[in-house]
Formats: sequence, structure tokens, C-alpha cells
Amino acid sequence: MALAAPPPVRGHRLRRALAPYALISPTLLLLAVFLLFPVGSVLYYALQHHVVNEPYDDAFVGLANFRQMFGDEQFWSSLAFSAKWVFAEVLLQLLLGLALALIVNETFVGRAVARALVFSPWAVSGVLTTSIWMLLYNPATGVFHYLAELGAGSAGTSVLGNPDTVFGAAVVAELWRGVPFFAILILADLQSVPKELYEAASMDGAGRVRTFCHVTLPHLRDAIVLATLLRSVWEFNNVDLLYTLTNGGPAGATTSLPLYVAQLARKSYDFGYGSALTTAAFVILLFCSILYLRLSKFGREK
Amino acid sequence: MNRILRLFLPLALYLVFTVVPFYWMLLFALRPAGSTSLLPWPLTFDHFDTVWNGMGFRVYFQNSVWIALLTLVFVTFFALMGGYALARFRFRGQRAFLLALLCTQFVPGAMMLIPLFNIFQTFDLINSRWSLIIAETTFQLPLAMILMSGFVKNVPVELEESAMVDGCGRVRAFLAVVLPLLRPGIVAVGSFAFIGSWNNFLFALMFLNDPELQTVPVGLQTTIGENTVDFGALAAGGVVAAVPVVLVFAFVQKYLVQGMSAGAVKG
Repeated sequence: MALAAPPPVRGHRLRRALAPYALISPTLLLLAVFLLFPVGSVLYYALQHHVVNEPYDDAFVGLANFRQMFGDEQFWSSLAFSAKWVFAEVLLQLLLGLALALIVNETFVGRAVARALVFSPWAVSGVLTTSIWMLLYNPATGVFHYLAELGAGSAGTSVLGNPDTVFGAAVVAELWRGVPFFAILILADLQSVPKELYEAASMDGAGRVRTFCHVTLPHLRDAIVLATLLRSVWEFNNVDLLYTLTNGGPAGATTSLPLYVAQLARKSYDFGYGSALTTAAFVILLFCSILYLRLSKFGREK
Repeated sequence: MNRILRLFLPLALYLVFTVVPFYWMLLFALRPAGSTSLLPWPLTFDHFDTVWNGMGFRVYFQNSVWIALLTLVFVTFFALMGGYALARFRFRGQRAFLLALLCTQFVPGAMMLIPLFNIFQTFDLINSRWSLIIAETTFQLPLAMILMSGFVKNVPVELEESAMVDGCGRVRAFLAVVLPLLRPGIVAVGSFAFIGSWNNFLFALMFLNDPELQTVPVGLQTTIGENTVDFGALAAGGVVAAVPVVLVFAFVQKYLVQGMSAGAVKG
């Protein structure tokens, strides 16, 4: 009698306890096989001598790949490029995106159309951005050609072929599709600022600038921190645009760290060393992100 | 006057910056080769014929559509399941799972290409569209799920509870009450997945060799030759690549702003 069938509630409770795990299990499985395992194998290969076309020379080499990295000038220059690239992109995207969000948050005739238009490059890929800007930058038929005919600038300027201008040219192309992301995120958050705060500010006689600094900006802080963080990581890892627009050139002027790793993998098949660079990139990103979240007081009371 | 300087002038400048590149692409796609006119006149569709029939974009387009649609289905379905679990259950390991989802954003996708290649080779999925669908689904799911859990949290739990009091099971309560209210979230997450998958370049470049299987972004890259560039073909290919995503985007852009505020920002 004491071992009567468990009350139905119990089965229900067990099912309730297992339900969330069942619901996340497909994701866990995918992440484990196609993300966690590859990450693990990158960490493993970072400690190996592993060159794809020298299959019999595989051996555990400890930190030798990392020692090689410290002496590799191309590693340092590609890391410096990546830092410069991320800083320029994220700062400019933030400033322009904030301005754009504030503009399209106002009420005016045609706002919906204006929003759809200025946000639309967000949907566009790196390769497509490249194609469009190659047309624009082409010295013979691009916009600079027409501007030169109008008397602005000199004809035949190849902005992508000149090491002095290629950075700016690539930054502008990436801004074109990157600014909308910031604008969309910030606009979303702008719409959640309580109206009473603005009313209170105007009762206190605060002007436009003061209201912006003391009401709007503090409210946006978490959104801005999150957007800049995610975007920094994405811009750091961005390969498709630089790969297709400049392929790292001219003369290595636009070789970012991920691009350098991709080139290593393609040209020398040195996967052990490439994995060490990947590991270094991962550690740098993680370290900078944690530092940034700490310094920006993300998620704390405003 | 103040409003013109503050609002319309910067907006106009930004519109020029956004629209001129699109216009330039359309111009090159629609005017004859060698023309320097700033208007697409005389109008020609020769470049579209070249890329669509001559350069294989018809096949690339179909491949891209299938891959993007299947990615959309998988991402949306799994994100719904997991997003619901995150929003409605308290379970052991939940915080760790959420943290893991966020951490995935730091993994450099481009640097995972070689280990992923090895895995797909093991499963015999190289030169199969499934490799792209699986990789794309895996990389998009974490953010899609976080976004979706934000949408689920916005649906009052009381609605579900009252349906269950009325005798619905959890599943029926979900299907009848929660799912219809999640429509904006599903549209937002689904279109992100479609756009992301449509645009993916490196996975297709890496995992597919057969030209019959290739996708639009890789096709577009092939129009950019080493030394000679056919600008008309490049531009027409660009239009083919842009039209689906820009259409999807125009359709969902208002959900997009909602989606961002529901999910990513509020956590």
C-alpha cells in the first residue's frame, strides 16, 4: 500500500523539471558539435605543429607557436590594423548612429520612408558592399571621376590602390552598412525613455542640450555599451568586406588579424600556427570585453 | 529654420550617403556598357541577362533561396523552443546557458573555418548545402534565442495560466495563446536569419566547390575578376543579391526596432 502509484502530480513535476532541458537540447547539441568542438580543436592545434601538407610532422610543441607569434612582425602589424579598424569603425558608427537615431526619432512627414531608406544598408552583405563601393571608387567610372569633372579633386585617383587612402576608403564603405545597426539599436532604446522624464526636465527649465545630457544619454547607456561591445567584436572578426574589397592590400596596408590567419591557412596550410593566432585573438577579445564591461559599469543603477 | 538646420539638413546629407551607392549600382546595371550617362538611359537589361543566364545567377539564386529559407525555419523553430524555456522556466544551469549564449558572440566565426571544414568532411557534408544550413543555424541561434526570450517575456504569463486553468495543456496554451502574440517576434527573428544566411559568403566559399551548388555572394565575388571587371555584370549581380534582402528588410523594418528593444537591449 505504501508503494502506491506515485500521484500524477509527481510525473507532472518531473516533466516540468525536464521540459526546459528538452527545449534547449537541440541548441545545446548544435553548439556543442559545431561551435564548442571546433573551439576545442583550435586550442588543441595551437599547441601542435600541424601543417596540412606535412602530415607526418605533426607533434606536440607546447608554446612554440606562441613564441613564434611574439617574433612575427606581421602578427603585430595586423593586430595594430585590427585595433585601428575597430576603434575607427565603432567610434564613427556610434556617433553617426546616435545622430541618425535622434533625427529619425523626431516626428516629421515621410519619417517612415526616411527610416526605411537610411536603415536599408543594414540588410546588405560584405560582398555586396564591396561590389557597390568598387563601382563608386573606380578611378575611371566612379564618383571621383565625376567629381573631378566638376572640378573637385583630381582625375584618376585610385583610393583603393593607394596605401594612404585605402584605410579611409574601407572605413567609409563599412560605415555605410554599419551605421544603421547602431541607429536601429539606439532608436529602439530612445523609444523607451519615459515621457515623464522629459516633462520633468522641461518643467525644470532644462534646455535641449541639458535634457540630452542628463535624461537621454544616461538612459541609453546600457544600450550603447552593449552595441559598441557587440559591434567591436563583429568588426574585429569581420573578414568578408576586407577580403573582397582590398584582400589586405595594397602591400598589406589593410591586413587585419583574421585576414592574416585566413591567408596563412590558404597559403602555407600552417594550421598549428594559425590556431595559435586565433587563440590569441580570442583571448584579446575576451580580455578587452571584460575590461570594457567593468569600466563602463554595465547594468548598474543609473 | 532651426528645425531645418537641426533635422532636415543632416537627414538629407545622410540620405545622399545611403542612396547614392544604391543608385550607382542600379545605374551601372541598367545602362549600356561604356555609357557615362548619369541616368540609366537608354535602358538595357543585357547585364541582367548576362549574369542570370550566362554567369549562372539563376542557379545561385535558387540555391541561396533554399539555404536561407531552411536556415530561417531551423533558427526560428529552435529559438522559439529555447527562448520559451529561458523566459518561462527557472532551471539549474540557466545562467550558465545564457552566459554561454553570450560568449558565442566572441568566437571568431572566420577562424573556425578549418575545424568546421574537418567536421563537415567527417560527416560527408562538404559540397552539400546542409553544411551551410547547419553552420549558419549554429552561429545565428544564440542571438536569435536571446531575442526570442525577450519577446516571450513580453507576453503576460497570466494569459497562459488562465488558458491552463481552462483545461489547456502547456503545449496547447502555448499554441493557442502565446504563439499568435509572438508573431512580431517570429517575423523579426525569422527575417534576421534569412538575411544573415542570404548574405553569408565565407561558409559558401569554403564548404562548397561545385559551381552548381554556389550561392549569390560567391557568384558576385566571381564577377570581380582579377584584372578585368565587367562593371555592368558586377552591378547587375549586386542588384540580384540586394533585392531579396532589401525587400525583406523594408517589410520588417518596424518590427526590427521593436525586436531590438524587446530582446537585445532589455535582456
